[in-house]
Amino acid sequence: MSLVLKNVSKIFEDSKEDVLYRINLEIKKGEFVCVVGKSGCGKSTLLNLIAGLEKPTEGEILLNGNPVTAPGSDRTVMFQEHALFPWLSVVQNVKFGMKMARVSPKEQEEKAMKYLQMVGLAEYKDHAIHQLSGGMRQRVALARAMTMDSAILLMDEPFSALDKQTSNRLRSELQDMWLRTRQTILFITHSVEEAVYLADRIVIMSPSAHSIANIVPVELERPRHVYDAEFVEYRRKILKEVEGNQEK
Amino acid sequence: MKKSQIKNTKWISEVIFLCGVLILWQLLYVLGVDILSLWKPYAMPSPAGVLKSLCALLSDMSLLTAVGYSLLRGISGYMISIVTGCFLGFLMNHFPYLRQNLRPVVMGIQTLPSVCWVPFSILWFGLTQQAIIFVVIMGSAFSIAIAADNAIRNVPVIYKKAALTMGADSKQIYREIILPASLPELISGLKQGWSFAWRALMSGEVMTTCIGLGQTLIEGRNLADINQVMLVMIVIVLIGILIDQIIFSKLERHVYQKRGL
Repeated sequence: MSLVLKNVSKIFEDSKEDVLYRINLEIKKGEFVCVVGKSGCGKSTLLNLIAGLEKPTEGEILLNGNPVTAPGSDRTVMFQEHALFPWLSVVQNVKFGMKMARVSPKEQEEKAMKYLQMVGLAEYKDHAIHQLSGGMRQRVALARAMTMDSAILLMDEPFSALDKQTSNRLRSELQDMWLRTRQTILFITHSVEEAVYLADRIVIMSPSAHSIANIVPVELERPRHVYDAEFVEYRRKILKEVEGNQEK
Repeated sequence: MKKSQIKNTKWISEVIFLCGVLILWQLLYVLGVDILSLWKPYAMPSPAGVLKSLCALLSDMSLLTAVGYSLLRGISGYMISIVTGCFLGFLMNHFPYLRQNLRPVVMGIQTLPSVCWVPFSILWFGLTQQAIIFVVIMGSAFSIAIAADNAIRNVPVIYKKAALTMGADSKQIYREIILPASLPELISGLKQGWSFAWRALMSGEVMTTCIGLGQTLIEGRNLADINQVMLVMIVIVLIGILIDQIIFSKLERHVYQKRGL
């Protein structure tokens, strides 16, 4: 079981930004892959292509051997922000995907509460979205995404709109959750530190070539700590590659 | 407790203000008609005269009957407007061809004062109820269509994307995303639609001969009873405010509060 991208290119007629050329990538079940790169390198386009929200101009995307043609719950996306529905309560938001799939109400309730507990927001289940802080909202979004049991969870800079402290806490929570569930995740970020902290492999995008510059495996023990010497070394190495690509 | 106190004082100051206006009005009448004879008595209403008119029209039930008929007509026309308007808005949103070509036409028709539909309506339906309801529909359906189109268009794309990646099909997108997400704006559009419908209703009623507030107004003119004319105008305003406050403002507050807007 895996996600495979074969020679995937995306060209937009009206803009030169965010195009992609010849992307080849394979993500295995249970893997945590981070994509880093400066803005305009096409990393969000890559996520949209895998999600099925955009169609590739060339090449193909296969999930477990089946071509990806449209959005679906096997590739749930967790967005940067504002993707929770303000007319629904916290628990109704978490149940949304299951409701679409016509899961029985009993199972919806059980599963929603299970994941709300996992993100530590069970007691907020009946709150309105606007009553939550930014960090809490992203926890709800994570719980909602987890209920889908997607083959791969796509995360589009989910913590970048939060303040530094909150985003650090959330990524450590995400690490804990991943260690428990081993959910396959593709995580887009512009923060090298975040990528080194979370990833099994880091895909470095080149903004000049609009393609993958390098793929670096991160061989660090989990749970990881940002002040460990090895961590700092990885961060420095990858930062250099990202910056280097920028200059070319 | 504090909030209700503020509300109370606001209410009281409003009543005092209105009483002041009434007293000024009566003074103006006494000064202008009785003392200086600036106006003829039949050309200037007075609070006392309006009150007398009110008693007269209440005692023979004609005012309540007129209000009842007008409301019934207004509401039925408005309901048809909501259905056709929302449907039209949906169509314009769903088909780019209609968005491009029909929307400007609808926008144009919407600027037409509703009284312009009266001749058309009378030729089609005669001096009947249907003629009035037709004017009401023409007066409000197009503004509702534009409002519905805008409300649907302004739904943030990210909601649709999120729902799609959670496996929603297009029917579910409409029911679970577009409808609830566009609701606040839609309600504002419906509120405006109602004020258009209510005005159109009066244009229609004044021009035809069915029982209703419009006819009571014309009857006042025919009898040279300026107090009755004034009374009907006040009633029209009050009903407009009442419906706005009772239905739409409550609905808006409910929807907005829930979302923290």
